[in-house]
Amino acid sequence: MAQAATHDHHDEHHDEHHEHLNFFQRWVMSTNHKDIGTLYLVFSLLMFFIGGSFAMVIRAELFKPGMQLVQPYFFNEMTTMHALVMIFGAVMPAFVGLGNWMIPLMVGAPDMALPRMNNLSFWILPFAFALLLSTLFLPGGGPAGGWTMYPPLSLQSASLAYVVFAVHLMGISSIMGAINIIATILNMRAPGMDLLKMPVFVWSWLITAFLLIAVMPVLAGAVTMLLTDKYFNTHFFDAAGGGDPVLFQHVFWFFGHPEVYIMILPAFGIISEIIPTFARKPIFGYKAMVFAIASIAFLSFIVWAHHMFAVGLPLGAEIFFMYATMLIAVPTGVKVFNWVATMWGGSMTFETPMLFAIAFVILFTIGGFSGLMLALVPADFQYHDTYFVVAHFHYVLVTGAIFAIIAATYYWIPKWSGHMYSEFWGKMHFWNSVIWVNVLFFPQHFLGLAGMPRRIPDYNVAFANFNMISSIGGFLFGASQLIFLGVLIHCVWFSKKKATDRVWEGARGLEWTVPSPAPHHTFAIAPVIHDEELAHGHVED
Amino acid sequence: MRAGGIGKHGIRFGAKHIVGAWGAAVLGLFGSSVEANPQPGQLNLTPGVTTYSEVPYLLNNVSLGVCVVIGILVFGAMFIAMFRFRKSAGAVAEKWSHNTTVEIIWTVIPILILITLAWLATNGLRQFSDTTGAQMTVKVTGYQWKWRYDYVDYQGKAISKVGFMSKLDDQSNATRQLNSGLDPWAVKADGEQTYLLNVDHPLVVPIHTKIRFVITADDVIHSWFVPALGWKMDAIPGVVNAAWTNINTPGIYRGQCAELCGQDHGFMPIVVKAVSQEDFAKWLASQQQPAAAPAAAATAAAPAQASVQVPAHATQG
Repeated sequence: MAQAATHDHHDEHHDEHHEHLNFFQRWVMSTNHKDIGTLYLVFSLLMFFIGGSFAMVIRAELFKPGMQLVQPYFFNEMTTMHALVMIFGAVMPAFVGLGNWMIPLMVGAPDMALPRMNNLSFWILPFAFALLLSTLFLPGGGPAGGWTMYPPLSLQSASLAYVVFAVHLMGISSIMGAINIIATILNMRAPGMDLLKMPVFVWSWLITAFLLIAVMPVLAGAVTMLLTDKYFNTHFFDAAGGGDPVLFQHVFWFFGHPEVYIMILPAFGIISEIIPTFARKPIFGYKAMVFAIASIAFLSFIVWAHHMFAVGLPLGAEIFFMYATMLIAVPTGVKVFNWVATMWGGSMTFETPMLFAIAFVILFTIGGFSGLMLALVPADFQYHDTYFVVAHFHYVLVTGAIFAIIAATYYWIPKWSGHMYSEFWGKMHFWNSVIWVNVLFFPQHFLGLAGMPRRIPDYNVAFANFNMISSIGGFLFGASQLIFLGVLIHCVWFSKKKATDRVWEGARGLEWTVPSPAPHHTFAIAPVIHDEELAHGHVED
Repeated sequence: MRAGGIGKHGIRFGAKHIVGAWGAAVLGLFGSSVEANPQPGQLNLTPGVTTYSEVPYLLNNVSLGVCVVIGILVFGAMFIAMFRFRKSAGAVAEKWSHNTTVEIIWTVIPILILITLAWLATNGLRQFSDTTGAQMTVKVTGYQWKWRYDYVDYQGKAISKVGFMSKLDDQSNATRQLNSGLDPWAVKADGEQTYLLNVDHPLVVPIHTKIRFVITADDVIHSWFVPALGWKMDAIPGVVNAAWTNINTPGIYRGQCAELCGQDHGFMPIVVKAVSQEDFAKWLASQQQPAAAPAAAATAAAPAQASVQVPAHATQG
């Protein structure tokens, strides 16, 4: 490609330039999308292990009936912090990191549109999480009212102000990241990279970024009202002062439900890149895939009260939110069918990214099934706030979002590092993860159906056997992620096997036309787009 | 945090109880007896014991069945693809990436399935939301971390001064303390394993009576949940929610608070004791005579019931 002719002298120039930077200048003052992407991904990995360690405490206490390890209040701190750290610290920054790294490479842009803001949006995060995690060491303890922060309970927490300010910072970071991604995609595409030639991953991030801009301010507003209720004598959520505790839940879930899709739409995009590569066949129904993502994003704004079926909504509201929620099954089903149709008639190989992508399709679909069951209001009156819900959202978040992030890491790390990871240990990581994650979460369906509420530190002996199985699965799933860490360290610093530019035989798209590792600066001169090089440009549909 | 607990008891419980639990699981799956309270190894919802509780049970079974069938088809197609279209088996990738007919089919069929499920669910929901025609009213109030039950009326007559607090039983409470050294399996009442599922004063109600519950809370949000009744309803300060039940079978039905309400959220169970109408009449009479029954002591000890402010919009069904 034309880019290949131009990048040589540019790379030499720039690589030489960045060798003059010391560690602080390179990483803390970076405005380079690749370095900032790396920062996001490393931060996310750190948070994944911190949030995971909280989960280990939870599963250890729930290993058997009786209280053995921690006090109930600390247990509640663990469930709350596990969720906050995993959602805002692990999953969201991981997607932003992947977007930072790959979106400019995929659309032929030299960098993100707003590089200095990119630096700021990352460097806010360590402070936000320092603030949040510091509460665990304060006299009053950390937040213990659940990540949903429902008042009046959350107002009893001594650390509310810390949490609110941390959430504000995370929100500012997310909004800036989203603005940057939208600006990059809409303004920085190489000539000829039409919107409907963009990779599905780029599409999914474009739509996700609009969701972020729409709902993060809503969360900021909701938590600010909590703050003023606690410290400035307002009564937004206090019935005794004319407020309404249920109002918070409406506002929170108006943020919260799109947030759920913020955590899964980029995963859809990743899977839509990986499956065609390893099936060596273009994605089935490209436009349908894009339209399905947009439909899901739209519907995400009108389903929020399905988290609140048990608060005593009027019959009409229950029916509306039930129907709207069920409707989401249609575009989601289309996506799953299209992934299967992409595999049909392909020429498949099963490298680690493909294995994780296949596991994603199956296990995310299981999470979708339980989601459909939860949408049915009379059934939800049984399922709501039981372990059935815990099983449901861990299937969509762990085997959904996190499996997609892991798949993306295996898929693109040869491009990032210039080395191949160990396929053997990648597969070890996969098989351990996929087995133990099911041992961990599948029995939780049964616990929920039998009536075990979520967020309890101890339980009746009837729930003992499945909890013990689940805990064993949890410990081994947690340990399996250490294999992942080992594979990453080996790949970046010790692997001898050089990655080719294309890396995967079936890979299509601009990101595979630059060398491996991707030089510090790419596409300083816009590439000439050849449609047959793209994953989608030559597709007639 | 201390890590002593697991090594000390874990293996013993693991061996002794899991075997028994799986035995019970097999019985629970294939046995004919209907269990209303959580059973070891229970795999599905309880059908419950009320005129309504079959609704969520059937809806659960139908939707689960639909999901299993779709799952078999989709995952089956996927696995066939993975075996037939492997590069190592010599498969050559085809070029097509579009097929309008199948896309229309797999958009329309799910819509038809969803309409069926929505129809079933809507009927059930309409049944649940009809709290009219109740022969009895009980007010349920959630506190951190206990419940209060006030009997408001029965068969058209107002009841005054029958109400009491209901909190975790002493045996469970002693056992659940951190490193108590007490065995949760030793907590039993009437031959049932009642650890964390027993209270000092159960809610006593008659069978074959449509009972309307008005549910609220005094401090934070709780949720009143008894699986055998087939529903849960949030107890929210400043809001009065309504729900109903009509129990078919006498028995003791256990549940728990289902909305995180602070440190002892896991330790505020609910016990409903359903008795015949004659027995209930006797019990009610005994409660109405001052100091005649032990429960009266609990009534006296309960905090005065301050009138809960109810915003005008909040009397929802």
